Amino acid sequence: MIRFILLQNRQGKTRLAKYYVPLEESEKHKVEYEVHRMVVNRDSKFTNFVEFRTHKVIYRRYAGLFFSLCVDITDNELAYLECIHLFVEILDHFFSNVCELDLVFNFHKVYLILDEFILAGELQETSKRAIIERMSELEKLD
Amino acid sequence: MASSNSLMDSLFQRSLEDLIKGLRLGESTFVSKSLDEIRREIKLTDPSTKSVALQKLSYLAALHGVDMAWAAFHAVEVVSSSRFAHKRIGYHAIAQSFSDQTPVLLLITNQLRKDLSSSNEHEVSLALECLARIGTDDLARDLTSEVFTLLGSSKALVRKKAIGVVLRVFDKYPDAVKVCFKRLVENLESSDPQILSAVVGVFCELTSKDPRSYLPLAPEFYKILVDSRNNWVLIKILKIFAKLASIEPRLAKKVADPVCEHMRKNNVGKSLLFECIRTVFSSLSDQETALKLAVAKIKEFLVDDDPNLKYLGLHALSIVAPKHLWAVLENKEAVVKAMSDEDPNVKLEALHLLMAMVNEDNVTEISRILMNYALKSDPLFCNEIIGSILVACSRNSYEIIVDFDWYLSLLGEMARVPHCQRGKEIEHQLVDIGTRVKDARLELVRVSRALLIDPALLGNQFLHHILSAAAWASGEYVEFSKSPYEIAEALLQPCTCLLPPSIRAIYIHSAFKVLVFSVGAYFSAQEPTSSLLAQESTSSGSSVVNGFTYDSISSLVSMIELGLCSLSGTIDVEVQERTKNVLGFIGMIKHEIAEKPTSQDSETEAHRAMAFMEDVFSEELGPVSSTAQEKVPLPKGLELTENLEDLQEICREVLEPVAESNSSSFHTSDKVSFSVAKLTIRDQEEASSSLPPPPESASLLAEHRKRHGLYYLSSQKSDNHNDGDGNDNNTSNEYPPANEISVDSFKPKKKISKPRPVVVKLDEGDDPKTKPDASSSNDEPLSRAIQTALMGKGKGKESVKDNHDINVDTENIGQSSRREKKKKKNGERSSKRSSRRRRDQEASVTKPVEVPDLLL
Repeated sequence: MIRFILLQNRQGKTRLAKYYVPLEESEKHKVEYEVHRMVVNRDSKFTNFVEFRTHKVIYRRYAGLFFSLCVDITDNELAYLECIHLFVEILDHFFSNVCELDLVFNFHKVYLILDEFILAGELQETSKRAIIERMSELEKLD
Repeated sequence: MASSNSLMDSLFQRSLEDLIKGLRLGESTFVSKSLDEIRREIKLTDPSTKSVALQKLSYLAALHGVDMAWAAFHAVEVVSSSRFAHKRIGYHAIAQSFSDQTPVLLLITNQLRKDLSSSNEHEVSLALECLARIGTDDLARDLTSEVFTLLGSSKALVRKKAIGVVLRVFDKYPDAVKVCFKRLVENLESSDPQILSAVVGVFCELTSKDPRSYLPLAPEFYKILVDSRNNWVLIKILKIFAKLASIEPRLAKKVADPVCEHMRKNNVGKSLLFECIRTVFSSLSDQETALKLAVAKIKEFLVDDDPNLKYLGLHALSIVAPKHLWAVLENKEAVVKAMSDEDPNVKLEALHLLMAMVNEDNVTEISRILMNYALKSDPLFCNEIIGSILVACSRNSYEIIVDFDWYLSLLGEMARVPHCQRGKEIEHQLVDIGTRVKDARLELVRVSRALLIDPALLGNQFLHHILSAAAWASGEYVEFSKSPYEIAEALLQPCTCLLPPSIRAIYIHSAFKVLVFSVGAYFSAQEPTSSLLAQESTSSGSSVVNGFTYDSISSLVSMIELGLCSLSGTIDVEVQERTKNVLGFIGMIKHEIAEKPTSQDSETEAHRAMAFMEDVFSEELGPVSSTAQEKVPLPKGLELTENLEDLQEICREVLEPVAESNSSSFHTSDKVSFSVAKLTIRDQEEASSSLPPPPESASLLAEHRKRHGLYYLSSQKSDNHNDGDGNDNNTSNEYPPANEISVDSFKPKKKISKPRPVVVKLDEGDDPKTKPDASSSNDEPLSRAIQTALMGKGKGKESVKDNHDINVDTENIGQSSRREKKKKKNGERSSKRSSRRRRDQEASVTKPVEVPDLLL
């Protein structure tokens, strides 16, 4: 099960944070700070999985943004790496060559996409096409 | 605040974009200004303004840590709007900020219900997402029926989300199982891959918490395992089977074949391949073909350049290492290469694997290699290496160590590694080996001497523990040392002022022991007339000549006196007390140290005192098990009545209960814990095992038992105790005195070269009693509910498959009194089965779960 998703830039600013487990505000800050510190210090040649408290963080860096996913110890790491990549592809398709600013100014849309993608900590949709279709439907409603 | 009162601002609300732009401009008070604006705007009645304000607030809360709990009520208001855009913003805010404590949680129940039953699938999905995130017990209970309907909805999208929500609902409200479980299971047979992946995901989570309840569903899972082509689904199914197969071995055999099929495919995705390998290693490791295939595939992972794959390969190997070491040994070179990798994760995994490969023959070699690595690595990894060596070597009472002399010198080496921070563990082992392995004491003293003499080590605070162990060992086994003078000098050197007082106290005490030993040897050497004494002096225990002349002994005494003089005024009480003790003793015997024996009268006060002290230190201290205290039987005749309890209350401050002895303290075995309360509980256990108590205390016991019956063991157990010592684990209730242990419990091991020294084992082993796994009591109602549900449909499973269509049609039946409907549906299927079904439903829950015959 996914515990939280974080998108952070290299300076440590959080661009997106979605938690699937209940956490206090102060704890959330602490978590974001720790994850950022851990992820930013790792060399690009190292593995993409790190142990974090009693869970695992799977991360990948795309341009200036770190996409971090915190999952249970028993989960399949490679699958979640794929999951991160899928998410990035969808964002790219949706915003046409997405950049960090797009995410900043359209944060509600990013949350929408994320909600289509992951529900209650589990991956619910793995087809890029399906999500894109749904998003265009939702756009029409707006 | 004044600047924001312009006409522009009050007429037009700042949109989200403006907010973000403003934030990026970096005005420091912008956040608080916007917050004030938002507070104003959100109280207005116009829904659009409200919703935009809420959206801005969500943004600030999500990314700038602003608290938005105060806006909970407004979020509820926004959600009740009919416009979809507003609803969306409202639900987003709710999902983000509501928690179990939000007071207005009750208000959204109705709104959720309305939206869940709405015909617009988007509204439904919004509501479902929200429920998934914030569902509480009440919400789950109230909305179960809606979720149930949605589980059978014709729109795949909605069904999928409903399935996702089911997990949370089950978690919070286990009774929902009765209602929803059947639908959930039906979805397992769906042909739509998206729904399938959602269902499988839910089952994966449920199974990891409680595998036994889902065993009856194994045939369905098996079908999916064989048929599906979707990697995500397969990975989840494999996880489910990993859990199921570990509790049901027959499943393992059946599942091994499809798993191998998947592994053999040409272009199988790495993630799926890894999951197959992991499943094989963890649960199917008894299946020969599967295991061999998995090991072959792992080799590919290990040699790959991608660090991810390398790490995963090592990780998988460490799963299989305990049972099938040959797999690890085959890949030894890859493991050793990985030790010098740059990534700390990879290095750590390689280290663990290396330690798994350690056995008697190669321990010296591997330790040598590892120590070289340790010297070259960063502090963190260095300590990891040292820690793992210590753990591996001390496992099972130092099982793999044959040559203790080498091991002790290794411990000494570790102390000199610059980054070493494992002082406590090394200290523990040094002392442990000293008390347990007689033959190694010579080497121990040698190693300790080397450590004590070096003044440079005193400054390193991590080494203090090791030094205290060295000091203790030197004092305790001083008879083995070549030059006690040197030891005493080292113990009292000026640099010891860098040590903390507690360790200093140990140093002084060891110096005392050295003094006693030396003076004792001198006195006994002074009397060559008595043959008994001559025997004593020759068998004084060491293999080296103890040539104590008058000069040497007087210089020793004066050196000790000099060294301790300065300490007699220290602030620390422990140090001061010990110093004064030693100085007092010296004062008592000093004048007796003469060049030749003064008279035949060996009964001078000094001699008597000397003999006394020697006695004190002559008894060997043995290792004490951590549970030894509990085994001490009560002395007979000790009456434990309520009177004593009153005494304890009165004298609580005075009579502090003596702490339980643990394995690193050195009480002799006679001390009985004075804690009255503990005695009263142990009373029953011990009293029943020793002779029957005298009649008067029997009545007292009975009285006591009436008062504190809660704490007593059942009488049946005490009968077993009385029947005799039929204890199967070889522990007698009487704790034998320390000297007898070595006779009972030594394990001789004959080797071609030097025989392994005797290691004294403790009665019950060394590891602290591990607590039994606390089973999660929260899942009890859930498991029971699921088992009931599966029992009920167990017999009729075939008919479930046949009548799947009927079920789909009957979903439109109304929502009330679901249970009757379910029973009615069951009855509709076949009258033959109805009687059986009723019987099954009355069957007790505790009946063991049956594995369907399909699999056997």
